[in-house]
Amino acid sequence: MMISALRDRLSVRDVRRTMVNRLMLTILMLASVVAIFPLISVLVYVIQQGWPALNRDLFLLLPRPVGEVGGGMGHAFLGTLILISMASAVGIPLGIGVGLYLSEYGIGKIAVWLRFAIDLLASTPSIIIGIFAYALLVVPLKHFSALAGSLALAIMMIPTVARTTEELLKLVPIHVREAGLALGLSRRKVILRIVLRGSIGGIMTGVMLAVARAAGETAPLLFTAFNTSFWPKGIFEPIASIPVQIYNYAISPYDDWHQKAWAGALVLVLFVLLLNVMTRLILQRKPTVRE
Amino acid sequence: MESSASEKVILKAIDLNAWFGQVHATRGIHFQAAENTVNALIGPSGCGKSTFIRCLNRLHEEIPGTRIEGQVLLNGEDIYTKGIDPVSVRRKIGMVFQKPNPFPSMSIFDNVAAGLKLAGINKRSLLIEVVEKSLRQAALWEEVKDKLKSPGTMLSGGQQQRLCIARALAVSPPVLLMDEPTSALDPISTAKIEELLIELKKEITIVIVTHNMQQAARVSDTTAFFLMGELIELAETSQMFTNPKDNRTEDYITGRFG
Repeated sequence: MMISALRDRLSVRDVRRTMVNRLMLTILMLASVVAIFPLISVLVYVIQQGWPALNRDLFLLLPRPVGEVGGGMGHAFLGTLILISMASAVGIPLGIGVGLYLSEYGIGKIAVWLRFAIDLLASTPSIIIGIFAYALLVVPLKHFSALAGSLALAIMMIPTVARTTEELLKLVPIHVREAGLALGLSRRKVILRIVLRGSIGGIMTGVMLAVARAAGETAPLLFTAFNTSFWPKGIFEPIASIPVQIYNYAISPYDDWHQKAWAGALVLVLFVLLLNVMTRLILQRKPTVRE
Repeated sequence: MESSASEKVILKAIDLNAWFGQVHATRGIHFQAAENTVNALIGPSGCGKSTFIRCLNRLHEEIPGTRIEGQVLLNGEDIYTKGIDPVSVRRKIGMVFQKPNPFPSMSIFDNVAAGLKLAGINKRSLLIEVVEKSLRQAALWEEVKDKLKSPGTMLSGGQQQRLCIARALAVSPPVLLMDEPTSALDPISTAKIEELLIELKKEITIVIVTHNMQQAARVSDTTAFFLMGELIELAETSQMFTNPKDNRTEDYITGRFG
């Protein structure tokens, strides 16, 4: 008697639990849809607006004076390419170096402070980093330059690359390092040829995310690389970039420029998307470390 | 150990002490191993046998905050002499660990060749020869000869452990240390590795930590019993398991504690 009453109550609870479960699941799914909606609508809108203005001239020609039809923003594409390459050449090795230090030798106070500093740098507003590059390179050289712009972007890349590197190297179990040491390999070789090699796929993710982020930055370029309507002349001269070009065109009153801004935005979005997809492919190819 | 007294001692520890910070993990160990023997180290968890074996190839000192005193003689030469590079010591005294630990993102071939390759030996024909020989020695060749290019991490646990043995053998160390090499493996893989040890000792000397007393009895020539950081008794395995001299050894092997 007692037991069957208990069972009845339990089964009532079961029904309730199932219903609550369903309700919660629905709420969570709704939250996901709401979260992903902006991304999809941005993508759709950018494609809608940008696609018609997307043509070969956009990549190959310089802007024409207001009122003239045609022209493009080839100088901005080339400029972004140059800025990103220069920033990567400095930011990626530096970031990987910091990550290596933190993960392999980072014990004690220095490492704690360094890690804190890197986190601080990661959360520093990009415009502040722009001001830093401005003070360091623009003020003494007395004019805007590609160099200053790349410096700002390189600084932005360091924290992402450093922390990804550190986290991934720490995932490599200590047994693997000891196996290398026990084989009679020096610490340097164990770190570079076994530990780093084993996590290179993951580190590339951090690198690509950093590159993608830097490619889209506008604020740190506004008063470092500045902008120009001409092809890049040298690293000590101002240089155009897609984000700044989009910004300038977007706030202009001309329909033709708005069109070009949309097209530029579309290319930028596609570039970032491509980098992300490539990252996923790399990650899928590399077998992950098994504990 | 009268019968083995005439054999050549290859590895000898004299008054070896090791610390983790303030913890005195092994105390005044005197130990020796003769050439071409399997030497088992047994004792309850935390008795210092793993620490001791890690002192034999200078791996203990890689952990920050550790300290070592005493001597370890390899063929009569102290590996702790000032100026001796631990890297060169480890090339002569190989090690296999409790958990199989193949190098990630390296093929089976590259795992076995790693010790030579990273030491700068790149002659392809030589590497191919050594890899095959080592994999045969580790009784893994037949299972992997057609997939040398697949990642080492794709193998089963038992195969991975034999891969690690092959990797250690490839640099042809005269001494191989094994820290509970079968404790993470199934019985069949364990049996394979035990057979392997008997085969391997024709060429090298093995020191093996084991929690499994039957294993010690099956594979080893001598057994050392550790308790609370001290080496209580070192004797021929047959004698140790039939007629131990120390009461504590007897208590342990008859299962009264530990």
